[in-house]
Amino acid sequence: MRIGILALQGAFVEHAAMLDRLGAEHFEIRQRRDIDRSFDGLILPGGESTVMRKLLHDLDLFAPLQQQIREGLPVFGTCAGLILLAKSVEGGTPCFETMDISVLRNAYGRQPGSFYAEEHMEGLGRVPMTFIRAPYIRSVSGSAEVLAVVDGNIVAARQGNQLVTAFHPELCDDLRVHLVFLNMIRNKN
Amino acid sequence: MEKSRYELNKELAQMLKGGVIMDVTTPEQARIAEAAGACAVMALERIPADIRAAGGVSRMSDPKMIKGIQEAVSIPVMAKCRIGHFVEAQILEAIEIDYIDESEVLSPADDVYHIDKTKFKVPFVCGARDLGEALRRIAEGASMIRTKGEPGTGDVVQAVRHMRAMNADIRRVQNLREDELFEAAKQLQVPVELLRYVHENGKLPVVNFAAGGVATPSDAALMMQLGAEGVFVGSGIFKSGNPAKRAAAIVQSVTNYTDAKLIARLSEDLGEAMVGINENEIALLMAERGK
Repeated sequence: MRIGILALQGAFVEHAAMLDRLGAEHFEIRQRRDIDRSFDGLILPGGESTVMRKLLHDLDLFAPLQQQIREGLPVFGTCAGLILLAKSVEGGTPCFETMDISVLRNAYGRQPGSFYAEEHMEGLGRVPMTFIRAPYIRSVSGSAEVLAVVDGNIVAARQGNQLVTAFHPELCDDLRVHLVFLNMIRNKN
Repeated sequence: MEKSRYELNKELAQMLKGGVIMDVTTPEQARIAEAAGACAVMALERIPADIRAAGGVSRMSDPKMIKGIQEAVSIPVMAKCRIGHFVEAQILEAIEIDYIDESEVLSPADDVYHIDKTKFKVPFVCGARDLGEALRRIAEGASMIRTKGEPGTGDVVQAVRHMRAMNADIRRVQNLREDELFEAAKQLQVPVELLRYVHENGKLPVVNFAAGGVATPSDAALMMQLGAEGVFVGSGIFKSGNPAKRAAAIVQSVTNYTDAKLIARLSEDLGEAMVGINENEIALLMAERGK
C-alpha cells in the first residue's frame, strides 16, 4: 500500500509521521511527475486551502487528481483538505468538488477561536480533536454521512472512499483516525 | 488530556509551513498576495525598505489599516509591534490579529526586555540570529521563529548567515554529552530544558522561517535548502516591477525548492527586482536590535 501526501504547503510532514508509526509507505506530491507512479490513497493535509488550490492548478495536478478521486481513489482530507473536497465552500472557492458537503471556511473565526476538544466520533468513541482556524460542515447531502458533531457543528464526514475531518488528527498522539483511512484503502472495492 | 493555548499557537505556525508570508500595506496588495498564493500576510503601514528610507521612529501600524486588511483576505493576518512594547501587543490582540511579530524592523520600545509573551493568548513570532536568541525568545513565549536577516535591503546575505549559524549551533548541541548541556545553556543564556529539546530532536521546538532580504525565487529556494520551513518576503515583492508575477513565482519556488529546472522557468521575465542595498552600504543594522 502506497499513500501520496499532497506536499504543496502546510502540515504534510505531520501526516507522514503518523503513517510511519502505522508502517504505511508514503511519498510526497509536489508536482505532476510525482503522480506518474500508481498509488492507493491520497492525503490532503492542513494548511491554507487558497494556496493549495492555486498550486494544484499551477502545477497541473488538479485535473489528474480530480479524475482519480472521482474514479474512487481513497482520499483523506484534514482541515484545508476537507475544504478542497467540498462541493460548496462559503467564504472560498471550491476545488475538487467531489464530496457532497457544504463547508464554512474559518468557521470559528481567527486564531483566538482555535481550540482543542475530546468528542465522540462514529465507530471510534472519544477522539482528541485539534481545531486550528478550522472550517466546519454546514450540511451533508447525497450519500455523505456525518461522523462527528462538536457543539452542534459537523466536524467529520465520509462519502464512499472520501474521509474528511475539520480537525487535525495528525497533531495528536492518537492513530485511530488514520487507521480508519488505512482500512478504507484495504476494504476498497 | 488538555492542550494549552501555546500548543495551539505553535500548531498554527505548523499550518503555515512550506508557505510564503508577504508584507502588504493596503487591502489591494493583500488581495494580490492572497491570489498569488501567500499563506499569510503581514499588515504594515510601510514596508521595511521605506522604513529604512524614511528614518525616524517606526511604530505599530494604525489598527484601522490592519482591520482593512483583515477584511480584505481570508488567510491569516499578522502585524508587527515594537520590541518590548506590550501595550502595542495588547492592542493587536484586541483586534484579533492571528500572529504578532515582535519585530526589530520597528524602533525598539525597550532596550532590555522583550515582551513576556506567555501572558498573551495571541501567538508571537520573533526574529533570531542564532540558537541563543531563538531559545530566549521561545522561553519568553514565542511560538514561531524567523531569521532576522537584514530587512528592507533586498540583500539575502544576513538571512543566510543567521540560518547557517542557527543550524550550526543546533548540530553542535546535538553532539554534546548530556552532562555538557548545563554549561552550554549557561553560555547560550537559555533554559536548559529548551536546550535538551534541541539536543534530543535536532531542531527548534517551534517552526523556523527565513526572513530578511529575500527578493527572488532563487533566494527563497536557497533559504529552503538551507533548512527554513517557510519564507517571509517583505519589501521584495511590492518594491519590484511585477508584484503579482514575482509573488506567484516565489510561492512555487518554495514548494519545489530543489527543482532547478522549474525555478529557472519561474525566474524568467519577472521584470525588475527590487534595487536593494548591500549590507555594508547601510548605516542602520536592524538585526542588532533585541538580543
